[in-house]
Amino acid sequence: MEEYREKKIEPKRAALLSVIPGCGQFYNRQPLKGVIFLLIFFLFIWEMLSFGIGALHGLVTLGSTPGEDHSLFLLIEGSLQILVIIFFLGFYLINIYDAYKVANLWKIGARVNTSVKAILKNLYEHGFPYLLTVPAYFAMIFAIVFPVLVTLLIAFTNYDFYHIPPANLIDWVGFKNFANIFTLGTYRETFVAVLSWTVIWTLCATTLQITIGIFTAIVLHQKFIKAKRVFGVIFLLPWAVPAFITIMSFSNMFNDSIGAINTQVIPLLNQLPFIEIGALPWKTDPFWTKIAIILVQGWLGFPYIYVLVTGILQSIPDELYEAAKIDGASAFQRFRHITFPSILTMAAPIFITQYTGNFNNFSMIYLFNEGGPGSIGANAGSTDILISWIYKLTTGTSPQYSVAAAVTLIISIIVIGISLFIFKKTKAFEMGD
Amino acid sequence: MSAKSEFHYKLRRFANRFFTYFYLILLSVIIIYPLLITASSAFKAGNLTAFSLDVSADWTLNNFKRLFTETLFGEWYVNTLILALFCMVVQVSVVTLAGYTYSRYRFVGRKQSLKFFVIVQMVPTTAALTAFFVMALLLNALDSMWFLAFLYIGGGIPMNTWLMKGYFDTIPIDLDESAKLDGAGHFRIFWQIVLPLVKPMIAVQALWAFMGPFGEYMLAKFLLRRPENYTVALGLQTFISNPFEQKVALFAAGAILIAVPICILFFMLQKYFITGLTGGGTKG
Repeated sequence: MEEYREKKIEPKRAALLSVIPGCGQFYNRQPLKGVIFLLIFFLFIWEMLSFGIGALHGLVTLGSTPGEDHSLFLLIEGSLQILVIIFFLGFYLINIYDAYKVANLWKIGARVNTSVKAILKNLYEHGFPYLLTVPAYFAMIFAIVFPVLVTLLIAFTNYDFYHIPPANLIDWVGFKNFANIFTLGTYRETFVAVLSWTVIWTLCATTLQITIGIFTAIVLHQKFIKAKRVFGVIFLLPWAVPAFITIMSFSNMFNDSIGAINTQVIPLLNQLPFIEIGALPWKTDPFWTKIAIILVQGWLGFPYIYVLVTGILQSIPDELYEAAKIDGASAFQRFRHITFPSILTMAAPIFITQYTGNFNNFSMIYLFNEGGPGSIGANAGSTDILISWIYKLTTGTSPQYSVAAAVTLIISIIVIGISLFIFKKTKAFEMGD
Repeated sequence: MSAKSEFHYKLRRFANRFFTYFYLILLSVIIIYPLLITASSAFKAGNLTAFSLDVSADWTLNNFKRLFTETLFGEWYVNTLILALFCMVVQVSVVTLAGYTYSRYRFVGRKQSLKFFVIVQMVPTTAALTAFFVMALLLNALDSMWFLAFLYIGGGIPMNTWLMKGYFDTIPIDLDESAKLDGAGHFRIFWQIVLPLVKPMIAVQALWAFMGPFGEYMLAKFLLRRPENYTVALGLQTFISNPFEQKVALFAAGAILIAVPICILFFMLQKYFITGLTGGGTKG
């Protein structure tokens, strides 16, 4: 090593040499690394020449001869190529950074691994965490990132039932789908109606389930209650039974003419004094369908909150309440100043996920009444939320894939924007430690 | 304390107890009624069109027999079981490894990739239907369970990795350090020291991953086409979507066969949920 130290190694020069990957590493006397980096570089060039350039070209044109060029496949191949390029760029930056850093080590006279064995050992020691997370990344990239990328691209095309490849070509249309959603009469009306119901639904249903959950937890937390375990088990049942079963059962029970609510429950309630209700149009009147859906979601969703809040309540020390009592705080004041703030600070992130979850709660809407009753244009029913509208746009008899993709993007931006904002505010998911 | 205020106190205490029990019992009835009405319909003879609670009806096991002879329920059940077990094994392994790494190792890009997990977790992936459709076309994977499994697993990873990391964080790192001093390698520390301590969380994760395919409807409906490839959620829906087909009793029977085993698993692991929720979700 002594002889190398005399020839000065300049970090800047090493970084500059790594413009061709590997060269900086050779300069740093790490031939194995250099060979590997150079090989990756050649592999990328070979990939670009044999596949990449064609794929990118296909992505730009989306094919030119109908029946021969399959626009969708060109789109997918192009997206894959974009991912490959992003990965290569990542590698390229690491390569330059590595050259710079190792050269710096030489400069300050620190130990640098030059032997093959030492580099491999170092790779194992420091590469171990990456090795363990590779499967997670692989699955996420192909099940989340790649589909999102493809959706992003499709939102800017005219892919719909008039343009089904390979018989027809798909073309880029820029922001036309987005413009249509916001300006074209039918789409705009539907979009506004669906969006406003989605917001109302999310707020009402989630707030209902959170309120019932918190209230139940507090009521059941009182010390004098007998048979606490029995109640505890009963209150967990709505969570334990798979949701699709309960939603479908409720859907049957809320049937206007033969359902149990109208034939059994309401007559029973009418036995009580001062109560007189007729059979209600649960499935045929949008208003009552909305009420029913929100109530059922309250039923389904509260146990999760109840379990969470019970855990939090158990963690609040009793002394805190005792002290407040001695200071003369009323039960309500104790709740307002001790219980409620503790719940809110500890459970806020989970409450947020409940809101975003209901924003995309397809099962509840679709399995209860298929988004109906009736239609409000552009494939949407009167209780459809954005996600079930997307589903209908994609699966209907005249699919509007590109509009669906555009709506998807709009939803994602809304959801991510709001959650990021709130996560920042509540400082949930702190990155520290 | 004067006699009057004592009376007041007792009255208030009584009122509180009365309303507490009234609320708890009312809520219990509201929860049990729909479940009971569905469950009891499974044992009713005759062709039902709607669930109803009727104790005087004839009781029979015939619906269960019909379920396995007249419908494809057996195949749906096997499909769903395979799917659920596969998702469970793969997802839990991947999530455990990733959660362990983020909790125990400090490496370049750690913070950035944790942020990436949080943001990716918010993307409503199920909405990317068009993309899944196109991918399935290209891979020739329409009507294929493996593609569906892959989507379930990928979609579940970000959030569950977070929860898993949070749970690993609660286990003191001194344990690893002392094992390292004793000469244990990466794998031994993970496998023999830390892993046994997170068994509760692994159990919860496994249950969630297992329950997912039983309950998921949208992607399954979208990707699976032939009835014999259906999962139970899709299959049972065909019984109840058309009230004139009068298969409601079969739906109820099928629902029992699904809900009972899942409920048993659920209540067995129930005590870990609180730790799972508050330990992982809120600490970060």
